[in-house]
Amino acid sequence: MAQLFFGYFAGVIAITSVLVVALRNPVYSALSLLIMFFHVAGLYVTLHAEFLAAVQIIVYAGAILVLYLFVVMLLNVKQDDRYHGQWRIAAFVCVPLLLELLVLLASGGAAQSGLLPAQTAADTADNTLAIGTTLFSTYLFPFEVASLILLVAMIGAIILAKRDFPERGEM
Amino acid sequence: MAELGLRLTLTFIQIAVIVLIVIVTVLLLTLAERKVLGWMQDRMGPMEVGPYGSLQPFADAIKLFFKEDIVPAGANKLLFTVAPLLALIPAFIGFAVIPWGPDLTFEFDGLTMKPFIISDINIGILYILAFASIGAYGIILGGWASNSKYSLLGGLRSAAQIISYELNIGLAIIGVLIMAGSLSLVKITGAQSGWFWNWYVFAFPAPQIFALVVYVISAVAETNRVPFDLPEAESELVAGFFTEYSGLRFAFFYLAEYANMVLVSCVASAMFLGGWNAPYPGTILDLLGLSSLAWIENTMWFAFKTYSFLFLFFWLRATLPRLRYDQLMRFGWKVMLPIALANIVVTSIAVYLFPKG
Repeated sequence: MAQLFFGYFAGVIAITSVLVVALRNPVYSALSLLIMFFHVAGLYVTLHAEFLAAVQIIVYAGAILVLYLFVVMLLNVKQDDRYHGQWRIAAFVCVPLLLELLVLLASGGAAQSGLLPAQTAADTADNTLAIGTTLFSTYLFPFEVASLILLVAMIGAIILAKRDFPERGEM
Repeated sequence: MAELGLRLTLTFIQIAVIVLIVIVTVLLLTLAERKVLGWMQDRMGPMEVGPYGSLQPFADAIKLFFKEDIVPAGANKLLFTVAPLLALIPAFIGFAVIPWGPDLTFEFDGLTMKPFIISDINIGILYILAFASIGAYGIILGGWASNSKYSLLGGLRSAAQIISYELNIGLAIIGVLIMAGSLSLVKITGAQSGWFWNWYVFAFPAPQIFALVVYVISAVAETNRVPFDLPEAESELVAGFFTEYSGLRFAFFYLAEYANMVLVSCVASAMFLGGWNAPYPGTILDLLGLSSLAWIENTMWFAFKTYSFLFLFFWLRATLPRLRYDQLMRFGWKVMLPIALANIVVTSIAVYLFPKG
């Protein structure tokens, strides 16, 4: 049963990820990204990470992707404007990734056994509680640093957006 | 396999019953809204269909079913069809985690099930928030796919509004979550039993009155109701994102809006007003020796609280004029957000100082 669900979620994630970059209409791309986010959340549920699944949908599907759609609609992108023949860069990124995949597949057995125990440990406990205690005890410092970085980014965005250019106004 | 089949059957029956209840409530609301508005404005409301206008919702439903279904030229047909469904499904799916009555279990042919909640998942409230945020897609895509500037502007306005006010909803309920120590709506309502001062609006050590006010105002904004109905402001945008919609697809948007109202009211009564708990300990039917019927009293209390919130929606609509768009944004970000954040800080400190016994 679990294998079946994994196969379904993984398959849809792979297909929709390809569609995101392959579709010509940017709104359709955004929508296939939405479907992908949902299936990633589904994958989290099969791993008993319900909190992560809900946050995945709230943050990515509910907020970030809506803003993408917002921009796509406001800019009213013409259908073929986005393609500028970027296959060289694509190849530069993809070949190392493919090699990594092959290496991982070659040593597949070892990698798998390393992953399994962590998965079974998370099964029993209250997932949200576990994330909360881990985040605020073991990973307290990285958590605070991350929030500080986000705060800096937020203030930076406000300054960039709100700055009225006096020198340009006078000209 | 037979056990799985039986479980599925029982769940489907539960889902069917709850969808039926929600749809009946929506039908009632469409009539009640016009009646209440009528009374508040010193007029009669609908009077023609049936005695005292009571069959008006059915007349409306029949009209919408048989109306011509127009797809405007130049519209994106696929998204134009998908958008109403994307608005409707998230509005209904949230009801799966609402506890309608006491946390009983019920034995049926060796299977235990909970009759008053479809699925008691431990992230209940996050699940509702997640699907509420998906509802925005129906509105944006409906506005975009119509290929009309009024629809597009209505859709974009709604997107900005829903994202801003959803944040406030999320922050307003954090106070309750801190006090309850759980994300499950069943546990949250269960923790509010006893006298009405155990409800989280009044509860020691940190009454969530401010959170309730922020929640209700943000909920009104998120469901696009007056005075926050800018996405469908008639005087500026014809009818906003559903200008081009007619017939059954229009009915879907309409249904989604009302179902969302019911959902946010259910969440408000479950989180702040004790859900199905009566304002006194236990139930009267229990004292009278009819403990097997006590659930009726509990579900009635839940219905009463939910309908009180729905009445508030109508009351606001009859009373308040529409906000201007910049006022709406300023109010959301500069008034509601700081109140909600301050509430979280105060609640956290209070809960830390007075830990639960």
